[in-house]
Amino acid sequence: MTRLDPKEFKSDVKPVWCPGCGDYAVLSSLTKSLAELELLPHEVAVVSGIGCSSRLPAYTNCYGFHGVHGRALAVGAGLKLARPELAVVVAGGDGDGFSIGGNHFLHACRRNVDLTYVVMDNRVYGMTKGQPSPTTEADWENSAMAPHGTGVQPFNPLAVAVAAGANFVARAFSGDPNGTAAIVSEAMRHPGFSLVVVMSPCVTYREEEREWKTLVRPAPPATDDAAEAARRLMGDDGFNIGVVFKGHRAPWMPRAAAATAVADLERRFLIRGQAALSS
Amino acid sequence: MTSSVTIALYGSGGAGVMTAANMLVDAAAAAGWYALFGRSSGAQIRGGEAAAMVRLATHPVESVDDAIDILLALDWQNMQRFAAELPLGPHSVIVTDPAAGEVPEIMAGSGARVAVLPMKELAKTVPGGRANMVGLGAVAALIGLPPERLTEVLGASLKAKHADAFDASVAAVRIGAEAVGGLGRGRPLEPPAASGARWAITGNQAAGLGALRGGVRFCAAYPITPATEMLEWLAGALPGLGGVFVQAEDELASINMCIGASFGGVPALTATSGPGLSLMIEALGLAVASETPLVVVDVQRGGPSTGIPTKSEQADLDIAVHGLHGDAPHLVVAPQSIADCLFATQWAVHLAETLQAPCVVLSDQSLGQSRAVIDAPSDPGPVGRRALAPAARGAAYRRYALTAAGISPLAVPGMPGLQFTADGLEHGETGTPSAQAADHAAQLDKRSRKLTGYDYGPAWATVEGAGDIAVVTWGSCTGPAREAIARAAEHGVLARLVAPRLLSPALPSAMAAALAGARRVLVVEQSHSGQFHKHLRAEYDLPGEVESFHRPGPLPMRPGEILARLLEMGERP
Repeated sequence: MTRLDPKEFKSDVKPVWCPGCGDYAVLSSLTKSLAELELLPHEVAVVSGIGCSSRLPAYTNCYGFHGVHGRALAVGAGLKLARPELAVVVAGGDGDGFSIGGNHFLHACRRNVDLTYVVMDNRVYGMTKGQPSPTTEADWENSAMAPHGTGVQPFNPLAVAVAAGANFVARAFSGDPNGTAAIVSEAMRHPGFSLVVVMSPCVTYREEEREWKTLVRPAPPATDDAAEAARRLMGDDGFNIGVVFKGHRAPWMPRAAAATAVADLERRFLIRGQAALSS
Repeated sequence: MTSSVTIALYGSGGAGVMTAANMLVDAAAAAGWYALFGRSSGAQIRGGEAAAMVRLATHPVESVDDAIDILLALDWQNMQRFAAELPLGPHSVIVTDPAAGEVPEIMAGSGARVAVLPMKELAKTVPGGRANMVGLGAVAALIGLPPERLTEVLGASLKAKHADAFDASVAAVRIGAEAVGGLGRGRPLEPPAASGARWAITGNQAAGLGALRGGVRFCAAYPITPATEMLEWLAGALPGLGGVFVQAEDELASINMCIGASFGGVPALTATSGPGLSLMIEALGLAVASETPLVVVDVQRGGPSTGIPTKSEQADLDIAVHGLHGDAPHLVVAPQSIADCLFATQWAVHLAETLQAPCVVLSDQSLGQSRAVIDAPSDPGPVGRRALAPAARGAAYRRYALTAAGISPLAVPGMPGLQFTADGLEHGETGTPSAQAADHAAQLDKRSRKLTGYDYGPAWATVEGAGDIAVVTWGSCTGPAREAIARAAEHGVLARLVAPRLLSPALPSAMAAALAGARRVLVVEQSHSGQFHKHLRAEYDLPGEVESFHRPGPLPMRPGEILARLLEMGERP
C-alpha cells in the first residue's frame, strides 16, 4: 500500500478557526495519522456535531458528516455498524461531547463500537463566544453567562470513559502535533471505542490556556487495569499527556444469523393450513 | 346468517382471555374467514383485566363494528373501566358465568340478552380443564365455527409439548360447545369465501415487513409503547438478512444512528411514538438539510406528553407535517389499514430513497397492535433505489448539485474520488457551508422541488366512489369511513371516499381531481383539535359545504358515527 502525503487528506476549504486555535494542529495530527495508517481518503469518514472543532470534517478530504449538536457519536456508530470496513473518526469539542452529547458519550464507551473519538477540549464554548463548558474550572469568571463562575465541578471525561467501559483512553496536547498523531494512530489501531481528549487551547476566549504548554508532562506508561487507570485519572491534575488505559474488550458488532430471505419471513405469517402455499 | 360478527372476551389477569381470542382468530382464519383482533388492557404491567375484541367476517375487515354481538365474560372485575370500549345494544348477547356474580348494570342496562354459562363449573368436570376453553367452545358454536378447526389450533400450540393440556383443552372446548344449546339463538356466520394465501399479521409486523421489502437493512431504536413490537420483530428479522438492529440509548441516538447508516448507503428506519418523535424532530431537519434518506414510523398514541400510551389517536399529524424548524420539506405517509401498513411503509422507503429525504409514517396503536387476517399481497411492491453518483471523472463532485428535478446524484463513503461532507449547515452545491442568500434560496428551492415535482402515481390516495358527498379522511379512520359509505348507499345516500396516503407534500391538483363535482365534504379524523381539517384547509381548495367531524381517541372511530353524519348531510337539500 502506498502511503499518501498527509496533505492529500486536507481539503481546500478554509477553516473558520481563529488564528492560534489549537484545532489547526489537531487537524494536522489527524491527517498525519491517516497517512501513517496507510488509509485512503475515501475509506475514511469523519463525523462531527456542532462547535468550532466540529467544523473539522470539511477540512479533510475524507467523507464527512457534520450533523447536529451533540449527536456525532450516534451518527458515527450507525455508520460504522452499517459499514464496518470504513475507518470512522468522530471529532468534536467538550461541550458537544460531554454536555449536550453526554448520554451518547457514556453509551459509546459502554457499547464499544470500533470508533475513534477525538475531543478537542478547550474548556469553553467558542462558537457561541465564550460560555463555560462541562470541563471549565468552577471559578472561571470571564463569561457574561457565568460572571461569578459556574461554581460547578468540572467533568472528568477520561475517568468517566474508563468507568463507562471505553477500551482506549488517552490525553494529548495540540502543542505536540507529532505526539498527538502518534496517539491518534494508536487509538485507531486499537479495537473498540477509543477516546482521545486533545487539550486544544482557545486563545480567543481562554487566553490563559497559552500557558498549557508549560504545564503538560508525559503520563506514566499505559495500564490495562481499569481500576489503576481510574485511580491515576482521579488523582492527576489534568496535564499528564499520553495513553492512560488500553483494555482488551472485543468491539461490539451486531449478531450474525443464518441467512434468511424476506420470503421466508413472509411465510411465517401464512395462516394455519397454508404453510405449503407460497405467497 | 350474518356476514360479520363481533365477539368480545373479557376477564381478569390469568383468565386466559387473550389466549382464547388468539385461538379463535387462528381457527376462524383456518376456516376461511377474515378477522380483526384488537385488545385493551388495564394499567398493570402484567396481568390485570383485559378485553379482547374480535371481528370475524366473510370479507377483509378494516374497521371495528358499532357494537359487540357476543360479550363473553369470565368475570366482571373492573368492568366499568372497559364499558365504553365494549358497546352493547338490544341485539347483543352477554354470556356470563354465575360464579362471576351479577352482570354489572353498566352492561345489563344496554338491553342485551343475558345467557348464563357456568364456565368455571363445567371446566371442573375435565381434569386440568380451564374456563376460558369452555368459553371458547361456546363462542365457536354460537358462530358456527367447526370444532375441528379449534382442535387443530389447540394441537399446533399444545400437542407437542403439553399433551395433557391439549386433551384437557379439547375436552373443555367440546363441553362449552355442547352447552350452547341452552344459550338461545346464536350468530352463525355465513360460510367463508376466502381463497388464496392469507396472512395473520399485526400492523406493527406489517410495517416492519414493508420496511424490509423496501430495502431497509438498518434499524436503531428505543423501546416505546405502542411501537415496541415492530422493533422486536425487526430485531429478530434483520440479522438473517445481513442487516443490523441496535437498541439505542434514547430516541436522539436512534435517529442519528439511522442517519449515519443511511449516509453509509444502507437504507435505515426507526420506529417510535409521539414522545420519541418529539425528540427526533431536530434530526429529521438534519436529514432534510443533508438530504439523507430515512424512514421514521410513528405509531401514534393518545397525547400530549405521556398521554395514553396503550390507546390510539391521530393527533401527531401537526408535529409530523409542521413540527420541524426552518422551511424543511419532507414526506409524511399514513397507512390506511393493517394490510396497508405493509405497503405504506414499503412505499415510504421507496420515496425516501428516491427523493433523498426523510419520510414519517403515521401509523397508530389501533393498527399497530391489532392483528388481522388479510389477503397476502400479490404485488412485490416498490424497492428504494438511490440515484448514485457516477464514478469520479476529474471535476469536483457536487453533492448538492442543482438539477432540474432537484435530486442530486449521491455518493456514499468508499466510492473513490467523490468525497464530500454532508452538512446540516446551509451549503452550496459542493456541500461547503454557506450563509449567502443565493445559496440558501437555491438549496431551499431544490429541496422543495424534488418533492413537489415528483410523480407519486395513484398510491398518493385512496379515491373510491362518485357521490356528491366526499368523505375526506386519513389513516386508520379510512376503514370505518369506507364501511359508513357502504351503509349510506343502502339508504340511498351516495358518497365518495378520498383518503390521502401521502399527507406531505400536498398535491393540490390531484386533490382537486378527486373532489371534482363534490357538493359537500365531510372531514373525518380522530383528533380533538381537528388537525387534519386545518391541514386540508391550509393546503387545498375544498368545494361546497365543508363539515369537520373530529373527536379525540382513545375510543376507535366506529362506522355508525360517520354514517349518522352522512345520512344527515344526505337529507339536506
